[in-house]
Order: sequence, then C-alpha cells, then structure tokens
Amino acid sequence: MERKKKNRLIPGNVCDTCSFNLKRLGIEIDKIDHVVALAGNPNTGKSTVFNSLTGLKQHTGNWPGKTVTRAEGGFKWGGRSFKLVDLPGTYSLLSASVDEEIARDFLLFGQPDCTIIVVDASVLERNLNLTLQILEITNKVVIALNLVDEAKRKGIDVSHTQLSKELGVPVIPTVARSGQGLGQLIQAVIDVIDGIIKTKPHRIVVSDKIKKSLDELVPEIKTIFPDMPNPRWVAMRLLDGDIKVQKAIEKGEWNVFLGESIFDRPSQKDQGTAL
Amino acid sequence: MNSAGKKLIQKANKVRSGLDDNFRDIMVIDIYKDVETISSKVLNISSQRKYDLDLKIDRILTSPIWGLPIMFLLLMGVFWVTIVGANYPSQMIAGFLFWLEDQMAAVLDWLNIPWWFTGFFVHGVYRGLAWVVAVMLQPMAIFFPIFTILEDFGYLPRVAFNLDWLFKKAGAHGKQALTMSMGFGCNAAGVIATRIIESPRERLIAILTNNFVPCNGRFPTLIMLSIVFVSAAFPPAVSSIIAAGSVVGIVLFGVIFTFVVSWALSKTILKGEASSFTLELPPYRKPNIMRILYTSLIDRTIFVLWRAIIMAAPAGRIIWLLANISIDGISLSLWIARFLQPFGHLLGMDGTILLAYIIAIPANEIVVPTILMSYTNSGMMIEISDLVQLKSLLVDQAGWTLLTAVNLMLFSLLHNPCSTTILTIWKETKSAKWTTIGALMPLVIAFMVTFLVAQIVRSF
Repeated sequence: MERKKKNRLIPGNVCDTCSFNLKRLGIEIDKIDHVVALAGNPNTGKSTVFNSLTGLKQHTGNWPGKTVTRAEGGFKWGGRSFKLVDLPGTYSLLSASVDEEIARDFLLFGQPDCTIIVVDASVLERNLNLTLQILEITNKVVIALNLVDEAKRKGIDVSHTQLSKELGVPVIPTVARSGQGLGQLIQAVIDVIDGIIKTKPHRIVVSDKIKKSLDELVPEIKTIFPDMPNPRWVAMRLLDGDIKVQKAIEKGEWNVFLGESIFDRPSQKDQGTAL
Repeated sequence: MNSAGKKLIQKANKVRSGLDDNFRDIMVIDIYKDVETISSKVLNISSQRKYDLDLKIDRILTSPIWGLPIMFLLLMGVFWVTIVGANYPSQMIAGFLFWLEDQMAAVLDWLNIPWWFTGFFVHGVYRGLAWVVAVMLQPMAIFFPIFTILEDFGYLPRVAFNLDWLFKKAGAHGKQALTMSMGFGCNAAGVIATRIIESPRERLIAILTNNFVPCNGRFPTLIMLSIVFVSAAFPPAVSSIIAAGSVVGIVLFGVIFTFVVSWALSKTILKGEASSFTLELPPYRKPNIMRILYTSLIDRTIFVLWRAIIMAAPAGRIIWLLANISIDGISLSLWIARFLQPFGHLLGMDGTILLAYIIAIPANEIVVPTILMSYTNSGMMIEISDLVQLKSLLVDQAGWTLLTAVNLMLFSLLHNPCSTTILTIWKETKSAKWTTIGALMPLVIAFMVTFLVAQIVRSF
C-alpha cells in the first residue's frame, strides 16, 4: 500500500496498548498478504469485530440474520495486510439455506489463511455447535470469545483457558463493542498463520455407526487428495450427500468454486507466505 | 483422478444408504453430545439474574395475550412522538427553504439571467429538493433514532416471535416474520434477508410480499400525510393521537395484507406446507448511543434523504418542463393530468397524483414531494410558507378530501416496490417471471384496494 491514505484510526479504540499497530484499510484490499474469515452464529458481534478492524461501517444491530451476504474489508497490522471476510451468521453448516451455503463454501473452497470464530460467551453452548463443525473444516482457527461483559452480567463465567484446551485452538476473550481484546485477537491470528501457535483442533466425537463409515472413506480421500486438509469433513459431507463437494471430487480439483476475485491471491502464491 | 473421484462418490453413496438412520440426524445428535461435554468443563454459572430478567421481559413482550397489544401501543407511541416532534421544525424549515427559492430567483433576475434558466433550475430542480427536505427530513430525524433504539434493544425479533404463528397459518415460513420486520427498514434488505429461508417456495412468498410493509423511505410519506392531513382535520387536543393512529392503522393493514397475500400465494401458485424452525431471541442489550446516532442519522436519514434528493432533482426538472411547455395554451402537465383524471377519480385520487406517481416511479418514496411540486408548478398553489397552510391549500385548491389522503396512504403502502427492490428481487431470484410478479402484483393490488375504498366511501 504505497498510496498515502488518511489514517482513520482512533487511538485506544481497538487495543489500549497495541493500537498503533493497526491501520484500517477500509475497502482498499487490492494487495493483501492473508485472508482471514469471520464466522459465527448470528448476532454474536461479527460485524462489530469487522467494523472495528477495517474501519468500515457494516450495519450492525441486535438482530439475528442481519448479515446474509459476504462483506470484505482490509486492515494492516505490523507491516502485513489482511483481507477480512465477514461471513453470514449461521447456527450450523449442515443445511441448504443460502446463508449457510455461502459460509460453508467459503470455508471449504476459499481456504482462508485463518478463520476467526466469534462466539457469544453468554450462550456458549448454542455457539459450540457451529464451532465444532468449523474446526472439522480448518485447522487455522482462532476463537474470539465475545460479549464476555454481557456473560459476566448474566453471571456466566467461561474459562477461556479451559475452552482453549478443549478445542485445541487459541481462545481470546473480547468485548468487540469497546474494542477490548481485539489486539490480542489479531496477534493470535498472526501466530496461527505463521505456525508459532500450533493448533490441534478438536474432532467431533462421533458415534460408532458413523465412525465406521468415516473410517471407510477417509483413507480413500487421502489417497486421491494427499494435500487435503480436512478429509474427515469431506467424508462427512459426502455421507450427507453434498452435491457441491461431490462435484469438486468428480472434477478432481478443489477450486472449482473459486471463480470470484476474492479468492485470487497472487501475492500469497508468489511469496508463499502462508501455510 | 476422475475415475477415482467417481468411484469414491459411488462408495460414499453406498455407505450412506447402508446407514440405519439419516446421517445428518445422527451427526446432529453427536455434535450436541460433544457440545454438552465441553460446556460442562468450561462453564461456571454463578447467577441467573440477567437471564431471569430477560426472561421476565420476554414473558411480557412476547406473551400470547399482551404481546400484540404492547406491540400496537409501542408503534403508536413511536409515531405519536414523531408526529408531534416533526410538526414545528417542519414549518420553520419549509418556510426557510421556500424563502431561499424566492431570494435565488430574485438574484438571478437581477443578474438578467433568462427566465427559463431560473425556472428550470430554481423552480424546477431546487424546488424539488426543497420539497423533499421539507417533508421528509424531520419525520426521519425523529423516527429513525427511535426505530434504531428498538432495533438495538432487541425488540424486532420479538415482533417476529409475536407474529410467526400467523405466518405459519398463512402457509408461509415463520422466519418470514423476521424478513418482514427487516422490510420496515428497507424492502431491498428484506428481500436479501429471505436467504435465511431454506425452502425456495417459502422464500419466494417472503420475497413477493415484503413490499407490503412500508420501508424507511415510505414511512416519511405516511407520517407526512398524517401530519398535514389527518391531524389537521381534527381538533388540536386529539389530532396528533389520531394522526399516529392512522399511521399505525396503515402499518397494520400492510401486515394483514402480507398475511392475506402469503396465504393466497401458498394456496395457488406457490402451493405447499409450512416448514418449522427455531427462532432465536437475542438478549436485550443496552442501546449504544453513539452507534444509534450514527446508524439512524448517517446510515438511514442521510442515506434515504440523499437518495430522495438525487431522484427528486430530475423529477423537478420534468415537472417544470411539463408545466411550462404548452399546447393550445394548456400546459402538458395539465393535459396529462386531465387525461388521467377519470382513472385517478376511480381510485379516489386525482390525475395530478397519478402523474406524479408516474414521474416518481424510480423512487416512489418521493411521490408526495412530486405531487406537491406538480400542484405548485401548474399554478394551483402559489406560495406555501408552512405545512399547516398546505392542508387548506390541498383542500381548497386541489380539492382533496379525507378519502384522497387515505387512498394516497394506502396507495403508497401497497404500490410496486422501488427500483432498487425490484433489482434486488431479480438478483435474488434470477427469474424474469418472479421479478415481474413481484413488481406488478402489488401495483394491481394497490389499484384494487384504492378502487374499492373509493367506491365504498362514495356509496355512503
């Protein structure tokens, strides 16, 4: 980003100590090093996280299902530029509604360098359903345990260290509305991308019936696609009859759905920065 | 590669058909078991106070008995505050804007600028903008912040909750209650929001009927009409209450129409059963003042006003041209208005209103400013310094009755969606057929309803 641009950063807004690191890029995302996805249930504050990192003004509201399309924005942190993709909020990735499909396809085929799952600490149980599914798709995950203030007011205390142990990925407590914890969140994202933090994502404990079927399919997927990061999830999708995954496998290429500009990352391919 | 992939899929299909139960059902049960295990290890719940409070509020706001009446009263209150609050500054701003028009015209005259230049730009373009600002700014500046507070607080999903059983009865998806509530903000946004509905049938119903709730662009029209007309027709003591009531009535009418049309669609061209779903009620949150001001003033007020201004400028030009090009000594606008008059009369309105509606088709939220522009430019009204005067002028010179005002409100509630919404319907459905239906069905219904109301009222 050579272009001179007014720095729209409000000091202290994002992180008390590290805000000088952040440069919001708004929609200037033509040259980026990493793609980061924002996933989570509806109404957990994804768009708030998105807005405070990119400086954009996605409409936010106490309103489940407000983001049904994908929004994109950029920010710069410590000399590296990031594209942030705000996915529609969904409860699950198993069904056929358009919003779930958008989120699922991006995580599966877009293969972001890291995915931030925004989780509402005050209703953790309800949020873990989606979290476990995403952890099956990608290893590169950081969890933003958002709305911890609201949870506290409700008398709910979530041990983020314990949760991190259980899920095998970093868990950062945040209050996105005031910007609390967002600095640590980005740092964790960078550490995951750089491999400084090694994630060991939780695998869904499946019942024997399914386990047998998965064991039959996973080795075969691995032989056909040795590089595939998530053969178990692909097996699950096949057992669920996911037509897009079937098509991708039939064609033997994983990027059949990657036609859109957002997935073009020449800088990454050239420099081989990520993964 | 290809053959290996095909073989893999065949195998997967075979394994799937060998399962006793549906794969997804087993999967969901497994995930929830897992979730429970993890939660029990990381959660420490010390008190249920906030949760209990939320539950208590919900018990009242979504109660089967009190839910709907409270909703009704809240709506009533919101519109009442808007109407009372918008009355006084409106007069000042309108007075100032039209005073400015005269001053500009005077300056241009003094500079010996040709009359048609002054006419075209000052009495055409500027007057269009002035009307839009004069009738739309104050209702929006008051209504949008209140609306946003309710949204931020978490009330809108409760509205959906209160209404979802009615949608199911209508053969539509309960989530349509959410997309409908979204339509109060913007119909185009409401149409996009229907993506949360899984079944294509129910999604189409939600798309086609979203237009029946007035959006942020059309609310100012309704509020303005109720201020200028309905409230001025009653004694001051009760006028603002009755005006607020008339807006609530129109909104409820729109909601009822949503049900009736959804039901009719689900019984005819979009036949099928309603599917079930879970509606999550978000926690109540203390509204964030800065965000509310930003959203309501920048995202909504300025956005809607700006769009209206952009659309009003060409409309002002067209109206001025029509008013100043004459055939046989009669202006074009009068010709057209006379031609449309019989049709307008059938619908309880008049030819000028229909002409303004046609000119304002790209952005029908400016129908009312356009109507006022047409009246003023065709010489029916000479000068307006405040909105109270407006009513007597409409009645005395343009021959409006209460029926005209009511039918205009009904018409602006029901008529075709704005161009942005139509474009969104096209983008979402990718079907010329459904886009056409989405555009024309409301228009036909608007004609039918206004026609019926006019006939019933006149028969008394």
